Amino acid sequence: MARISASVYTSHVPAVGAAIDLGKTAEPYWQPVFKGYEFSKQWLKDHKPDVIFLVYNDHANAFSLEMIPTFAIGTAAEFTPADEGWGPRPVPKVIGHPKLAAHIAQSVIQDDFDLTVVNKMDVDHGLTVPLSLMCGQPQAWPCPVIPFAVNVVQYPAPSGRRCYMLGKAIRKAIESYDEPLNVQIWGTGGMSHQLQGPRAGLINKEFDKAFLDRLIADPEGLSAMPHIDYVREAGSEGIELVMWLIARGAMSDVNGGKPPTVRHRFYHVPASNTAVGHLILENN
Amino acid sequence: MSLDKPYKDVPGTTIFDADMSRLGYHLNQFCMSLMKAENRARFKANERAYLDEWPMSEEQKQAVLARDLNRCIALGGNIYFLAKIGATDGKSFQQMAGSMTGMTEEQYRDMMVSGGRSIEGNRYIGEKK
Repeated sequence: MARISASVYTSHVPAVGAAIDLGKTAEPYWQPVFKGYEFSKQWLKDHKPDVIFLVYNDHANAFSLEMIPTFAIGTAAEFTPADEGWGPRPVPKVIGHPKLAAHIAQSVIQDDFDLTVVNKMDVDHGLTVPLSLMCGQPQAWPCPVIPFAVNVVQYPAPSGRRCYMLGKAIRKAIESYDEPLNVQIWGTGGMSHQLQGPRAGLINKEFDKAFLDRLIADPEGLSAMPHIDYVREAGSEGIELVMWLIARGAMSDVNGGKPPTVRHRFYHVPASNTAVGHLILENN
Repeated sequence: MSLDKPYKDVPGTTIFDADMSRLGYHLNQFCMSLMKAENRARFKANERAYLDEWPMSEEQKQAVLARDLNRCIALGGNIYFLAKIGATDGKSFQQMAGSMTGMTEEQYRDMMVSGGRSIEGNRYIGEKK
């Protein structure tokens, strides 16, 4: 049967993608950001999964205001990097895993989470920047990826609680898949940031550090945090952090197993307008 | 019964909820059209004519022409959509975000390098700093 071996959490700042694509990673401004991912790149090589289930949000690229799915699972064979207005990122196309994705959709919907099934969509920096941070600049991404898009653009995003419970349902779905696949689940976005209005540039280190602590030790309690706390304390775009709770809800310890090992933890301010947070948790 | 909107008292912040989305539908869909290179070129060649193809309010069109992002947001724009205008102009996300704060580009960048805007005094409208 398939199993979830680890979860990875990371911000997905577009400027990070641009820094990689334009060869700026060694510049003094960017160097501290990428240093935080050196361990992670080696770790991913040593712990290469068969599939990555990647939770992210689209930023008005695949989804305009014509359709706003709260949860959308990508079931296509491949996904093209989007042209977000600056031209598409020069990164490999993303190969999907239609069979596992369809299996997860069927299982999770029957568990009361009404996913939107997407057979055609482009993927934006929300998905490709985490891959770049964890893989560098390969000719092809190391394994198939199932994109899982969450609406955090038009308020309200799903609640932290809903995301956390969804993570549990995704775990159950993966564990009922017949092939012995090693699956990682990644939660992306955050940490504190605000991109709009006179309060733009907001960063709240105390909030971010407490969020990382609680994500590790008390995800159940953290999942009860209301939207307004994210907005007020972590900025209007900090609400992306609810997506981390999907990945966390899929881990063993909150489903009757042992606590995870914290393999890596990193935090840095700033990357452009944003605080960068990153965690790797391994199941035991 | 009206909906609870506890985010109305967060200073300098407009939450893009369903009401704002309704208000800004055509403005945001215009922005979305700039994802295509040929539309970016047509917009740049004659901004007013391109805007007139969209059923936007005159206020929204003026806000776009002035690149007044705060005004665009007050009229229902969402930053991720408005970012397409910035991309068309060759602006970075940091330049766009900074333009809404009343700071110069350099001041904003320096603030971010120094750890960003503090949360202290920035939680509630009218809070003492």
